[in-house]
Amino acid sequence: MNKPSLAVFKFASCDGCQLSLLDCEDELLKVAELVEIANFPEASRRILPGPYDIALVEGSITTEHDEERIQEIREGSRILISIGACATAGGIQALRNYADVDQMVRAVYPQPSYIDTLATSTPISRHVKVDYELHGCPINKYQLLEVLLAFTAGRRPQVSNDSVCMECKAAGNVCVMVAQGEHCLGPITHAGCGALCPSFDRGCFGCYGVKEQADVESLFVFLRDQRGMTTQQAVALVQSFNADAPELKVIASDRKWGRRREDRPE
Amino acid sequence: MIQWTAEQLDAFVQLLHDEAYEVLGPVIRDGAVTYGAMQALPVGYGDEQAAGHYRLTQRGDQTRFGYNLGPSTWKQFLFPPSETLFSVRDDLIHPVENQPGKRAFIGVRACEMAAIEVQDRVFLQGEYTERRYEQRRQQVFIVAVNCSQAAATCFCTANDDGPAVRGSADMVLTEVNPQQPWYLVEAISETAKKLVAKIGGAPANDEQHHQAQAAVNEAAEQISRQLPRKGLRDALFDALEHPQWDDVASRCLSCGNCTQVCPTCFCSTTQEQTDLVSMEVRHQRLWDSCFTEMHSYTTGGAIHHKTRSRYRQWLTHKLAAWEDQFDVSGCTGCGRCISWCPVGIDLTEEVEILRKSP
Ligand code: SF4
Ligand code: SF4
Ligand code: SF4
Ligand code: SF4
Ligand code: SF4
Repeated sequence: MNKPSLAVFKFASCDGCQLSLLDCEDELLKVAELVEIANFPEASRRILPGPYDIALVEGSITTEHDEERIQEIREGSRILISIGACATAGGIQALRNYADVDQMVRAVYPQPSYIDTLATSTPISRHVKVDYELHGCPINKYQLLEVLLAFTAGRRPQVSNDSVCMECKAAGNVCVMVAQGEHCLGPITHAGCGALCPSFDRGCFGCYGVKEQADVESLFVFLRDQRGMTTQQAVALVQSFNADAPELKVIASDRKWGRRREDRPE
Repeated sequence: MIQWTAEQLDAFVQLLHDEAYEVLGPVIRDGAVTYGAMQALPVGYGDEQAAGHYRLTQRGDQTRFGYNLGPSTWKQFLFPPSETLFSVRDDLIHPVENQPGKRAFIGVRACEMAAIEVQDRVFLQGEYTERRYEQRRQQVFIVAVNCSQAAATCFCTANDDGPAVRGSADMVLTEVNPQQPWYLVEAISETAKKLVAKIGGAPANDEQHHQAQAAVNEAAEQISRQLPRKGLRDALFDALEHPQWDDVASRCLSCGNCTQVCPTCFCSTTQEQTDLVSMEVRHQRLWDSCFTEMHSYTTGGAIHHKTRSRYRQWLTHKLAAWEDQFDVSGCTGCGRCISWCPVGIDLTEEVEILRKSP
């Protein structure tokens, strides 16, 4: 049997996620035994032509050219896996979705006219069908290996979709939200990091994205009513690495958050 | 029964070390009283608790047991949050042996003793026994403590599980007089009698028995939460469509903390972890929770898909179905799920509403 071919593509991102693959060091040789690394410019100049069996896509869609390129990549890939907060939820650059992008461009670049960008930064799944999403900013390299292993073996990846709290408790941490009054997004955040931040005595800021059945609004209602959090603080807390996640948009864009769901106008 | 000074108690802890026990007990860490490997008992710590709230406090006294329950449970030592059961290498199964040494648990409270016995029923009774749990359990020497104070989240009296220890501890202590504490010592098992004899201590007189009883009574009086058990099982099963489940679901985050801090919850899942370099596959067991999607996942989807049904599963299992399964309640009233729920959901309040017709 031929080895499945692997390609790694980059959109608007910091490269951190694909670097996690290079960071595998010891395991990288095994990865090369399992798959044919056909297109991975960060690792090798040798680029084999598509189509590819597995495409890892990092980064978010921020230009018209991106919009076209992701369609081509989808057409040329059997399995498309988006990796990281940018590819799965717009990334930190999705902060522009809540602001005037032209104003931002003028504030940041000395020559704004060189910049050709869309008004939004959006996840890959907003544009094409995605077969699997691996969360994290950056992703956990062991989870990436597991996902690759699973897709080459044709089985379901063993990547927990529990909350960060589950990992936090398994690690034996004392909850910083309860014992120190910190604001922690762990209860609504997808597991995968091993509860890194609470293990270092600070609240989770949600870089692994929103977990299934997460009730973002409930958490913020609690933080406002019981902990005196302001709307501004809430917006700052969620508008970070996964700013375009639909669940977080409710908090960030609807200033009426904090009302119970049944009181909300339809 | 005899009585010890605080120095004699401290000497007893040292004796356990000398006798090659792994001594596990209260350890001050990250703003809480946790359980872990300890050298000596911390002095003068307390806590302040409410729904979703815990603060470590300094009592300004000499108590060794002036704290109530923190986030740790003894479950973490008997049924650890993750362990490898076997591994597969070169197409062969390699069992991972479990060879626990002897351990001493220091400061097991009444509700915790009750919880250990609940898990004994779960893991040791019936057709199948959990061998690893059994091996660990047999190695444990339990130094229990009657509570002399209760936290605002405690309700062990609801089930008559405390505040006085009723279970099968090796020995039971009562701490009296916080400023200059002394201890009423009841050695129950033969091992305990031998160890206690090495420390000595004067026989306790009637007055001292009296004082120790008064201290425990005071703890009982401090208990403010209630969870009346009479008819509870039927009441909950009759309330499966109560609107309160929707209300609690609008607050609950499905984070699973309540099950992870609960000393009786026993759910676990397994996963295979592949080491790509050695190509060894480890079969691991991890704590699970009925608040995760995969807990009820069967082909096609999760049965407990929504938070509403997950919360209902948790509460009705703890307080109702558990009785059918194990002839006891799954709740010993320790209050941890109340304190450590990040949004302060209190099962006693939920039950009170669920018992009223909507
Ligand atoms: S510290 Fe955060 S992640 Fe950990 S249990 Fe508390 S809320 Fe959850
Ligand atoms: S604890 Fe939260 S913010 Fe920290 S690494 Fe994990 S997911 Fe990211
Ligand atoms: S309450 Fe939930 S986690 Fe606890 S034992 Fe029952 S099903 Fe398992
Ligand atoms: S259900 Fe709550 S109060 Fe009851 S034993 Fe579990 S953690 Fe303690
Ligand atoms: S009741 Fe509290 S601790 Fe339990 S899952 Fe819901 S929010 Fe988490």
